[in-house]
Parts: sequence; C-alpha cells; structure tokens
Amino acid sequence: MEAVEQAPALAAPARPRRSLRLTPEAVSWLQVGPLAFILIVFFALPTLLFLVVSFFDYDRVGIYPAFMLDNYREVLTTPATLRVYLSSLKFAFIVWGVTLLLGFSIAHFLVFHVRSGAVRTILFLLCAIPFWTSGIIRTIAWIPFLGRNGAFNQGLMELHLIDRPLDFLLFSPFAVCVTYVHLFTLLMIGPIANSMAKIDPALLEAARDAGASRWRTMVDVVIPLSKTGIALGSILVFTQVMGDFFVVKQMSGGQSASIVSALATEIQAMQYPPAAASAMLLVLFVAIMVAGMMRVVDVRQELVR
Amino acid sequence: MDTSGLRLEHRYDVELVAVTKRYGGTVAVDGISLRIPRATYCCLLGPSGCGKTSTLRMIAGHEVVSEGDVLIHDTNVTDLPPVRRGTAMMFQSYALFPHLTCLDNVAFSLKARGVPKPERHRRARDYLARVHLQDYAERLPGQLSGGQQQRVALARALITEPRILLLDEPLSALDPFLRGQVREELKRLQRELGITFIHVTHSQDEAMALADMMVIMEAGRIRQAGPPREVFERPADAFVARFIGGHNILRDDTGMVAVRADRCRLGMAAGAPHIRGRVAAVEYQGSSVRVALAVDDGPALSVVMPDDRFFAGPVQPGEEAALSWSAQDAHAIPERA
Repeated sequence: MEAVEQAPALAAPARPRRSLRLTPEAVSWLQVGPLAFILIVFFALPTLLFLVVSFFDYDRVGIYPAFMLDNYREVLTTPATLRVYLSSLKFAFIVWGVTLLLGFSIAHFLVFHVRSGAVRTILFLLCAIPFWTSGIIRTIAWIPFLGRNGAFNQGLMELHLIDRPLDFLLFSPFAVCVTYVHLFTLLMIGPIANSMAKIDPALLEAARDAGASRWRTMVDVVIPLSKTGIALGSILVFTQVMGDFFVVKQMSGGQSASIVSALATEIQAMQYPPAAASAMLLVLFVAIMVAGMMRVVDVRQELVR
Repeated sequence: MDTSGLRLEHRYDVELVAVTKRYGGTVAVDGISLRIPRATYCCLLGPSGCGKTSTLRMIAGHEVVSEGDVLIHDTNVTDLPPVRRGTAMMFQSYALFPHLTCLDNVAFSLKARGVPKPERHRRARDYLARVHLQDYAERLPGQLSGGQQQRVALARALITEPRILLLDEPLSALDPFLRGQVREELKRLQRELGITFIHVTHSQDEAMALADMMVIMEAGRIRQAGPPREVFERPADAFVARFIGGHNILRDDTGMVAVRADRCRLGMAAGAPHIRGRVAAVEYQGSSVRVALAVDDGPALSVVMPDDRFFAGPVQPGEEAALSWSAQDAHAIPERA
C-alpha cells in the first residue's frame, strides 16, 4: 500500500499530493477504527448495559434502577444453576474431544496427504459449503434422519441389523452431541489446517531422516507446531457450545437444559435483571476458561510468527 | 555404526545402478549409474532442474526410486527407509525444529531411538561443542544466525554417526565470507570422519574447491564424473566446458575443441589457429584481467591473462582483436552441443 502511494510521488514530485498524505499515527487509527467501532458498539456497550442491569431491582411489571446483589445471590444459590453448568460443560467436553479428533485428522489429511492444490480446494469447499446454510436448518435436518421412523432407523431395519427402531438417536443427549459435532467441526478444521500449512514439509522429512516413526513425528513435531490452531479451534468450539441455546432445545427433547435456555426462560418472564446476572456469570465463566487455554498456548505470540 | 572389518570389505560407499526418477510423465533422473569410492567428497553439480537434488534425495531415501538400484556399502538399500540406510541429510533450509532447543534438535534422532534423556543430552552437548555451539544449547533455532543454524543442522546430522552425509546446497544461504569458511570446515570434517559426503551445488567454484569427485549433470543425465582437475583439463563435451567455465569453445581443422581461457592469447601468432572479433568488455580481477570478445555469429569468448601481461599491451572495449591458441592446448570435444 505504502509503496503504491509513493511511486507517483517519486515520479512527479507534485506539491499538492503531499498535503493529502496522512501521518503514520493517523493511518494506524484509521486501520484499527472499524474493528474498534464494531467491538465497542456491538460488544462492549451491550455488555456494560447488562452489567448495569444485573444489579437492578425488578418485579412483575418493570425494572428499577438499584444496586443490589440479590440477582447474583439468587443465581449462585439455585441448584439449577450448577445443574445446567455441569450439563453444558459435559456437552462442551464431549464435543470438544470429538471435534478435536475429527478436525485434527481432517486437517492433517488435507494439508499433508492431498498433494494436488485443486483437490485440496475442492475438499475444503466440501467441508465449508454446508455452512452456507443456516445452523438452524442444519440442526433441524437431523430430525427426519435420526427420528424413530427416520432414514437411519429404517435403513438399519431394512438391513435387518435391528428389529425395533433405536430410541436414543433423537431427542437425547446423543442427538445433541451429533448436531454439535456436525455444526462445529469446521471451526476446528480451519485453524488447525492453517497452523499445519505453516509447517515446513522439510521438517517432516528431517524427522523421518532422524529415524522418527510416524507416531513420534506426530507427537514431537506436528502436534507441537499445530498447537496454536488447536487452541484457537478449541476456544471457538468451547464458546459455541457454552453459549448454545437452540440445539439443546431442539435435539434433547426437553431432557437437557443449557445455560442459555435457563436464561431465555427468565427473559420470556420479563425478569431482565436476573437474566443479566446469569449472562454476566456466563461471560465471566467462559472468559476464565478461555484465559486458561491462552495460558497453555500463547496464541498472540504464535499468530505473529 | 559399523565395524572396521566390514569397512574393509566394501568397494564403494555409494553405487547407483541405472537409477531413474519419474514424476508423472516427466523424467527427472534418466537411468544414471555412478560409483562413489570410499571416503570421497563427491559434489553433484549442474544447473537447476538437472536432477541433482532428486538424485540426492533418492540416495537419502526421501524419494522413491522409479527404476534401478541404490547401493550403500555394497548393500542394496533401494527399498529401505532413511534410518536403515545409515545416511544423514542436511537440508537446504536446515529444517531445524523451531519449537525445540538446539540441544533437543541435536538429540532428536537419539530420542527417536529411545536413548534415555540424560544420555542423549550428554551426547548432544558433545556434538554441539564439536561445532562450537555449546553455549547455545538452550536457545531456539529462531534465535540463532543462519550460520549458527547450519552448524546445529550439521551436529544433528552427525550425531547419528552416518556412513554417508548428504548435503543439499549447504552453502547457498550463507554470505560469501561465511561460505568460504564453512567450505573449509566441511572439507576438514570429511577428512577427519573418513566418510563419504555427497554435496549438491550449482556452483562450480564450490565443487572444484571441495570435491574429490565431481559429477556434472544435465537434463537428468550425468555428463561427466571424475576428479575436478580431470574435468577441468578434459571436459567431456561443450556443455561441461561451458558449465564449469573458464573455457572457450572453438573450431579448428580437427573439429570442435575446448581451450582454457587462460591458455588463449590476444593477438595472432605465427602458425597458431586464431579467430577475429571485437573486444566486448574488460574485467579487472586483481591478479588477472579477463577480456571478453564478441565474434560475429559465434559464441562469446574470453581471454584471461595475468595483469602485468594485460597492462603491457592494454586493449579497450570496441577495438578489433584476435584470439589465438596453440594446438597443444586444444582439447577435442564431440560435435553435438
């Protein structure tokens, strides 16, 4: 950008052009401006609003400015809170483990085993194109497949592998996990493939030359050098599952609750202050978990590398 | 690695038998055969795309041989993985593991072999000391200069006690001063270890300075293999003569000949063959001066002469000049280019 700007100035040192040139500081401000604007207006201000409201008083008809800790006390002392957190955490860990295994394997295949660039692009698109439709549609699409009379059960029955339809397939924790994995595996594939693509293939040859088995090469070279991608993917998947509302509601058949669905119930009852308090706790909880992951891998330092 | 008894038995450190490498439809290495005697510094030399790197990688076991056999110490290793060939490779980019300290980089192959940590670190320290980097053991490769990284790569290759060390353009990333230094170091190391080094390069200076055996490749074939002096004195064909430089390709009554530029003279001499042209450039090179000569519809020629002889009768670019040589300096080469 800089060079393009300078080239005409060098060719013809015309005076008026000079007055338009911005100082480096101004250029930097312009560059961070749009993102800063979005973050402030759509993230920082709403969060601040929630924080303020979470201390308000309320009744059936309205909310009243106040500074009281009752909302927090209530959320933290209800046994339901612990239950939904544990339930969400359980889903988060199962889904994290499955998407990590799947995402790592797929990324490894795409980066190291597919030699042709065109084939790699096509395979990447095959992973990505389903994501052009809405997550809600992709969630609901599992219902006719996994249902009691769904395609999967009928297929198994026609193959005479089962006599009666399997009931655990739909409206169960299993269905929730399947849907999550389907929705979020791409979030693992992307960052991990990106990290892996930066690994010099000569490193793998050097490991082979030194006599390292495939397994040793994986553990000692590929995984350590992909850890930024693994950390970023993990953060994305983890925050998505913790913040989910729709999938649990649709796919668990009422058997499981999520943190956000508990919160949504409060909003529907117009109880904004306790909902805001739950939201603040969720933000805090997720932030602590993400900070923990960032401590394990210095993502910022790795990104600039 | 092997016993001295075995070492006395084998005739060649490396032997290639009609080795071919194809990538899809293109032939990178075209049925080459080569015998490298014991403890030889062998340089594979040629322009880019001549197949020298593919050849090295086939010897290393990083490239599958399409046809033919690779023998190391008289044992057929064509289908063996690198670790069972007794070779070690130093990569052009050095390929140091960026997340491991220098010590762990050097100790990597011992870890792969299951050597316990204290033992492998002790030995890795020895090898780091051998390349004068004992004080950098805990640094990451990114914190070292290019030359230091290369020495770590060398230590990492040597710790496996290889029978053959393979070097892929080891000097290309270094500045000219360091290049000379490392060149001497490599040659000294090869003599001390008494093993064969195979060194890929596109620089004829490097190959001449280092090699016991120089292998000149072009378009997947070996054009000439032999000691540097033999190659320089008697280039096998016009390509070799042009590639190693310092030769003029001329024509006399016997046919095509190669004459060393430092054996040619400016001006005509009685009874000596000559060719007329125009001085295109004069390059002062310190102890010698190179005069480039342009000839109508002929290749560019040059005369290299000691500085005192040039300044006794200097010429200017643009002047008419003749180049003469004596028949005894002419080395006949085959007609095809």
